Amino acid sequence: MSNVKAARIPKGQMGGKSFQHRLGRDVSVNKYIYLMLVPVVAYYIIFCYVPMYGILMAFEDYRPRTGIIGSPWVGLKHFRAFFSSDYIGRLIRNTLLINIYSLLWGFPAPIIFALLLNELKGNVLKRYVQTASYLPYFVSTVVICGLLRSFCASYGLFNSIGALFGAERVDLLSKPEYFRTIYIGSDIWQGVGFSSIIYIAALTNVDPELYEAATIDGAGRFRRMLNISIPGIMPTITILLIMNVGSLMSLGYEKIILLYNSLTYETADVISSFVYRRGIVSGDYSFSTAVGLFNTVVNFVLILLANTVAGKVSETTLF
Amino acid sequence: MLIRSRHRETSAEVAFNLFNRIFLFLLSLIFLYPFWYVVICSISSPSALRGSVGIILWPKEITWAGYRVCFNNPNIWMGYKNTFLYVLMGTSISMVLTTLGGYALSRPNLMLKKPVMILITITMFFGGGLVPTYMLIRNLGMINTRWAIVLPGALSTYNMIVMRTSFQGIPVGMIESAKIDGANDFRILWSIVLPTSKALLAVIALFYGVGMWNSWFSASIYLQDRELFPLQIILQEIIIKNSPISAATVGGALDNMNQDDYYTRTLLQYSTIIVSSLPIILLYPFLQKYFVKGVMIGSIKG
Repeated sequence: MSNVKAARIPKGQMGGKSFQHRLGRDVSVNKYIYLMLVPVVAYYIIFCYVPMYGILMAFEDYRPRTGIIGSPWVGLKHFRAFFSSDYIGRLIRNTLLINIYSLLWGFPAPIIFALLLNELKGNVLKRYVQTASYLPYFVSTVVICGLLRSFCASYGLFNSIGALFGAERVDLLSKPEYFRTIYIGSDIWQGVGFSSIIYIAALTNVDPELYEAATIDGAGRFRRMLNISIPGIMPTITILLIMNVGSLMSLGYEKIILLYNSLTYETADVISSFVYRRGIVSGDYSFSTAVGLFNTVVNFVLILLANTVAGKVSETTLF
Repeated sequence: MLIRSRHRETSAEVAFNLFNRIFLFLLSLIFLYPFWYVVICSISSPSALRGSVGIILWPKEITWAGYRVCFNNPNIWMGYKNTFLYVLMGTSISMVLTTLGGYALSRPNLMLKKPVMILITITMFFGGGLVPTYMLIRNLGMINTRWAIVLPGALSTYNMIVMRTSFQGIPVGMIESAKIDGANDFRILWSIVLPTSKALLAVIALFYGVGMWNSWFSASIYLQDRELFPLQIILQEIIIKNSPISAATVGGALDNMNQDDYYTRTLLQYSTIIVSSLPIILLYPFLQKYFVKGVMIGSIKG
C-alpha cells in the first residue's frame, strides 16, 4: 500500500506529503460533503469573521470612504474617551443591575414554575396551564413593548388596577424608578413558561423508583421535592446558570430602545442601547465599536469565569 | 403509581395541593389576560374605558372603527405581503444552509471537520458586534435590499448543531449501503436523511419562520424604502412611534388634538396588534407543540 501511495506523489515534497496526500484523498473521496460545507463556511466567514475584522475600526478614526485599511490609526483613543466619560458609570451600572436582577428573579422563576407544575396530578389543568404559559413567548418584541406602553400609561391597565387601591395615576414609563421592574417583570412574564420546558423535561427523566422508595420511607411531598426533584435537575440548572452568568453583560437592546426615552435614561440606558444610539443613529462608528468591543471582552471573561467556578463547585461545565 | 396512592396524604399536603392548583390557575390568567385586554380595547370605545378602575372583563360600547381603519390601511397589507416574502425567503435560505451544514458535520472521518467546528464554535462566544456588522452590510451594498433582512443571521449555530446531532443518530448502514449503490451525498441527504427527519425539519423551520415573522430590528436599521418594510416596522410606527398614549402624557397634546382622531388612533393601535398577530395566534396550538418538541430535542441531544 505504502508503495502505491508514494508513487502517486510528486517528488521533492517529502516533508508535507503525507498530510497533503491524505487531505487530497479525503477531499476527493468526500468531495460532495465538502461542497456542502462551502456555503456554510462562506456564511461564517462573511457574516461572522468579517465583522470581527471590522473591530479594527475601534482603533482607528474610521471613515467609510477610506475603509479600514485607509483610515488613520489612533490606538486606544476611543477607549480612553469612553473610560473617562461621564456616562460610563451609568452604563455599566444599568447593564449590570438589569442583568443581575433579571438573573435573581428570572432564573429561579421557571424552576419553581416547573416544580409546581410537576406536583399537579390532574393532567387537564397541567396541560392548560402549560399551554397558556407559552403563549407570550410567541409574541413579537414590538407587540410586547406596545402592550407595555399601553398598560403603563396613565389610563392604562396598571394604573386602573392601582386606582383600586387609591394610587395616583402616573405614566409609569416616564419614571426611572419603575423601568427595571417593568423590563424584568415583562421578561419573566414572556419567558417563564417557555424556559420551564427544559426543566419539566428534566423532571420527567428523574427515575420514578426514587420517588417510590422515598414514599415508602415516609418522605412527604416537600421532602421528595427537596431531596429528589431538585437534585435530579441540578445538572440542567447548573448549565443554564453558567450560560446566564456568561451573558450578564450582553443585554439585548431591542426591548430597551422600544421602551426607554430621555426621561428614563438614568436607569434604562445600557451599553448596547448606547452603542446603537452612538453607532447607528449618530454614525459615530469607531467610538461605538470600541464600546461594543469592551462589552464583548467583558462577556467573554465572564463566561470563562462562570465555567471555571462551575467546574470547581460541581462536575458540570459547558466546555 | 400504586404505591404513591397508598401513601396517605397529610393535611398539610392536601392544603398544598389545593393552594398549588389555585395559584397555577391564577398564574394562567396572568399569562392570558393581557391578550384579552387587547381584544377588549380594540372594540371598545376608548372614552368608555378611559376612566375605568380595576380590571376590565368585557368590552364596553362596542365599535369596529379601529378594524375599519386598519383594514383600509394599505401599509398593513403591504407589510403583510413583505413579511410573508421574508418568512418564505429567510426560512428557505436558513433551512438549506442548516441542513447542508448539519449533514456535512454529521459525517464521520472528515479531516477538516475539526477546524470547521472550531471556526463555528468561536462565533458562539465572540462576534463583531452591531456596528461592524452594519458596516459590512453597507459595504456589501445590501442596505435597502431584501437581502439585508434574510442573509445576516440566516444560519443559527444552535439549530445546526441540533440537526447534526440528530443526523448522527441515523444508522450508518443505511447511508453506507446507499453509497455502495452509487448514490452521492446530495442524493443521500435528499432521499434518505431528510425523509427520516421530517419532524425535526418542521421544528427547525418553525423556529426560523416565527423568528423572521417577529423580527424588526434589522429592518429598522437596514431598510429605508417603505415598499420593503415588513409588518413589524409598520406595527412599530403605529403602536410605538406615534403613540398618542405617550403624546398625551407630555401634557396638553390631548387637548389640542381632535378627540375623534385620538380615539380612532387608539383603536387602530389595538386592532393592528390583533391583525398582525393573527397568523401566529391561529397557528399557536400547532406551533407550541412543535416548539416544545424542539426544546426537548435540543436539551436531550445538544
